[in-house]
Amino acid sequence: MSAGRRILALHLGVLAALLVLQFALPPYHHTNVARILVLAGYAIGYNVLLGYTGLMSLGHAMFFAAGMYGAGLPVYYFGVGAPLAFALGLASGIGLALVFGLMALRTSGPSFLIVSLMFGQALFLTLLYFNDVTLGDQGFILSAKLAPLELGGRPLGFHEPGVKYNVALAIFAACLAAALALRLSALGRVLIGIRENEERTRLLGYDSFRYKLVALGVSGALASAAGAGYALLFSYVGATFASILFSIYPLLWTLLGGVGTVLGPLLGTALMFYLVDTVSGVTSSYLLFVGAALVALVLWFPQGILGTVRSRWLPWLP
Amino acid sequence: MAAVAPLLATQALSKHFGGLAAVREVSLEIQPGEIRAIIGPNGAGKTTLVGMICGRHVPSSGRIIYRGSEITALRPWQRLRLGIAYTFQVTSIYKGLTCYENVALPAQRALMRGFVSRLVPGETAVAQRVRAALDAVGLADLAGQRADELAYGHQRLLELAMALATGPQLLILDEPTQGLAEGEIAALCALLRRVAEQATVLLIEHNMQVVLALARRVTVMDAGEILAEGTPAEIERDPAVQKAYLGR
Ligand SMILES: Nc1ncnc2c1ncn2[C@@H]1O[C@H](COP(=O)(O)OP(=O)(O)O)[C@@H](O)[C@H]1O
Ligand SMILES: [Mg+2]
Repeated sequence: MSAGRRILALHLGVLAALLVLQFALPPYHHTNVARILVLAGYAIGYNVLLGYTGLMSLGHAMFFAAGMYGAGLPVYYFGVGAPLAFALGLASGIGLALVFGLMALRTSGPSFLIVSLMFGQALFLTLLYFNDVTLGDQGFILSAKLAPLELGGRPLGFHEPGVKYNVALAIFAACLAAALALRLSALGRVLIGIRENEERTRLLGYDSFRYKLVALGVSGALASAAGAGYALLFSYVGATFASILFSIYPLLWTLLGGVGTVLGPLLGTALMFYLVDTVSGVTSSYLLFVGAALVALVLWFPQGILGTVRSRWLPWLP
Repeated sequence: MAAVAPLLATQALSKHFGGLAAVREVSLEIQPGEIRAIIGPNGAGKTTLVGMICGRHVPSSGRIIYRGSEITALRPWQRLRLGIAYTFQVTSIYKGLTCYENVALPAQRALMRGFVSRLVPGETAVAQRVRAALDAVGLADLAGQRADELAYGHQRLLELAMALATGPQLLILDEPTQGLAEGEIAALCALLRRVAEQATVLLIEHNMQVVLALARRVTVMDAGEILAEGTPAEIERDPAVQKAYLGR
């Protein structure tokens, strides 16, 4: 099999397995996996920036939240339908990413990290400040306001587990396809060049600022798609999703699964989701656990699971 | 000298780092098709000078003219697209990537003309270009090897392959023979002679054998200034050069 076919087969195989999985899962895990799929889309978006471009952000929750509120507020106030709401969420995320990028990408390394953190916090505080409009503090529920989708005359309500799962899978598949296409494209090659040696890349004829802006746009798009999807599928919109913890999560998921691998974010999200789920059943200080996991990963396991698999056994793994 | 329009000219080009004048009012003309060597002791300002030409450093004052147009304010990537390629004195390659990927980046850039190929420069065309560049420097067999696993001499050759893959009109080489073995130096000289059939070469070099073998004209720098310029024979006879640099 050629390298290209092997890569295609692997990723289609993963999607097919996820499609079949829904028939085998008990209800509790059914919802969990739907949640994991949407969050993995968020992590994939995060990985576009960290893994492919080498930019570490600590404010990515702002894009997730932009998608969430961009989709959720129009539903809540104007009864907008799900497809339009999703598009609005996506547009909010992309818009925010480009505005943020035009300012923040003048910096790099630790300064970029700090600037992203500040932007993320600013959005979080803004959501709380305009509480009258955003209801950020206590959050709000969408289910009563959201009209079901329709397929051939049959209504598909988002509360139905099958609908939830398959829409989540569709969002995840779109994020995965985008990341894989990017990784294998000419653009992806330039982003990796920037990650590995930015000055060299500039001297080879690439305007690195523009490329980083595109990467941020894609990253913001995927993160906000996940945010919009999360709001619509799980019916809740709240400012907690804009908090710093929600910026740290995708970093953690990506580190665990393998920075700069296409499938790593899914693996990391799933593992960490169930780990946190287990730990928080035992103790309420699961945040401490999250912090410890982060430190341990950075110190002893920087390549993550699939990064290690790639360097040991499967060099072709994208 | 024949009055051909120079390919590259610097006019009173200077660079200060804080209080230090690394390059002082250097005016230099390079004719199309020539191999020009710049020699001079460590700290003379050679790397800084070519750094301003390729866009790594912003000049403190002065102008750079390339093919009749001023490029002083152009960004590095814009200069590369005009055909100015640079290899670093301290090797600057993508250490974590394979030789193939190292050369694919410049090869792809050279093929990105027009809107469609900007998005998807055909991978076959990129691959051909990569192979040609790796072949030229004799690294074709190591295409799949990670760059940081190469011997130092091979890393320098890889960097040269990256520059060649851009299809340069002006190739600037900063001490390319540094760290190479005797045999590798001879091979490199032969390669540069072939490259010079299509491109102009600006070569910073310590090894006088290489300079004598390749360059038609030599520019001597010392303390940020041009001390002398002429044919290799003239330079060897020049009393100021003998005193300051050749030390005899
Ligand atoms: N980025 C820099 N910052 C400060 N000083 C520099 C920098 N680059 C070079 N210099 C100084 O400028 C002078 C010329 O350096 P350089 O151009 O590297 O000389 P050469 O290549 O001829 O050995 C040296 O004194 C060096 O220390
Ligand atoms: Mg030097």
